[in-house]
Amino acid sequence: MAGEATKAIDKSLLWGGGRSPFSVSYGKMMMWFFLVSDALTFSGLLVAYGYARQAYTASWPIGEEVFHAFPFMGHTHMPLIYVATMTFILIISSVTMVLAVEAGHRMDRKGVTKWLGYTIIGGFIFLGSQAWEWSHFIHGSAGYITTESGVNYFLNEEVPHGMSASEVENFALIANIGEENETLIEGQQAVALFDNRLDYIQGANMTINEYGPPQYANFFFFITGFHGFHVFSGVVINIIVFLGVTKGIYERRGHYEMVEKTGLYWHFVDLVWVFVFTFFYLI
Amino acid sequence: MERDDLIVNDSYSVQANHDEAHGKQIRKKIYFVTLLLSAITTVEVGLGIFIKQGTDFWPVVKWSFIAMTLVKAFYIVAVFMHLGDERKSLQYVIIAPYVIFILYLLYIAGTESSYLNELWLEFKP
Repeated sequence: MAGEATKAIDKSLLWGGGRSPFSVSYGKMMMWFFLVSDALTFSGLLVAYGYARQAYTASWPIGEEVFHAFPFMGHTHMPLIYVATMTFILIISSVTMVLAVEAGHRMDRKGVTKWLGYTIIGGFIFLGSQAWEWSHFIHGSAGYITTESGVNYFLNEEVPHGMSASEVENFALIANIGEENETLIEGQQAVALFDNRLDYIQGANMTINEYGPPQYANFFFFITGFHGFHVFSGVVINIIVFLGVTKGIYERRGHYEMVEKTGLYWHFVDLVWVFVFTFFYLI
Repeated sequence: MERDDLIVNDSYSVQANHDEAHGKQIRKKIYFVTLLLSAITTVEVGLGIFIKQGTDFWPVVKWSFIAMTLVKAFYIVAVFMHLGDERKSLQYVIIAPYVIFILYLLYIAGTESSYLNELWLEFKP
């Protein structure tokens, strides 16, 4: 055929038609198709989150007011800093991945080993960070109580299990947090209110949480959990490919396309986090 | 129209190897994108911390967040995922169906949730 290949490509690499559609290998194209379908799944989740957020604007919590803690920093108020750190970790591990792909294109086995190794470490750090964030989100902060009168009071200080409010120093309750007409209740009155509470809600689970509507925690668990699961499987795939690199499988095969394909998946995980960061934490 | 579905040179993806000089060029691009992504993220976090939701300036910030996110997404897909280096036909096959579905989904979810929100506000007990 005129205008067809000027350079002979090995028959085993071409598809059944004797020519490769889009000039990519079968594996790479299927990875792209998988990523499109996965992107639709994540978009569905994020759009569903946006739907709930828009429909319940009045009671929906604001990201920076929920996520303001940092490990080993105690009660300091550092809004968004921790999530930003996680974002940087994922961006940097994405960069090391693309450097591994670039080294693979030069058939530089040492370079691929090094950069892929860094990528795996970055993935583990991110997973650890997410575990800390989940634990902090589930454990929560001071929490609030519900009362028979229907008013919710927010605690200024956590009341630990097995202790009564009177044992907590400077115990106080705040009614209508976040509103202009905030009122502070201190001393005996606060302790009495606490003792006659209906429920003490602290942290988060699937049915109730101290931050906002139950859907808020559900979306948090599902979206970041589904993303975290992708990071986890990405790390596993990276480790498998890393072992292949150190064994020299791709060196013998003559190309490092396997690193490129896992790279596509890893970058996709980073891409999803960019959107989760914006729509879940920032907006 | 120029056809780009034919293999005219060695651009078949498995054989897309390059030499040291070309690699240097590619790495330069990677470092540029790294700096850009980090800078955008820093700006986003800064805006998020200092501009509170509900203020007059917030809608501008909100839409700038979305714009900055799309810029980041573009660079990740085009450079890190190399979609910018693929054939045009493949680029369209990947991007077009996704964009069509999502724009529709955004439209329908946005309309419905805004309506629901209005109902909540109107019939608030």
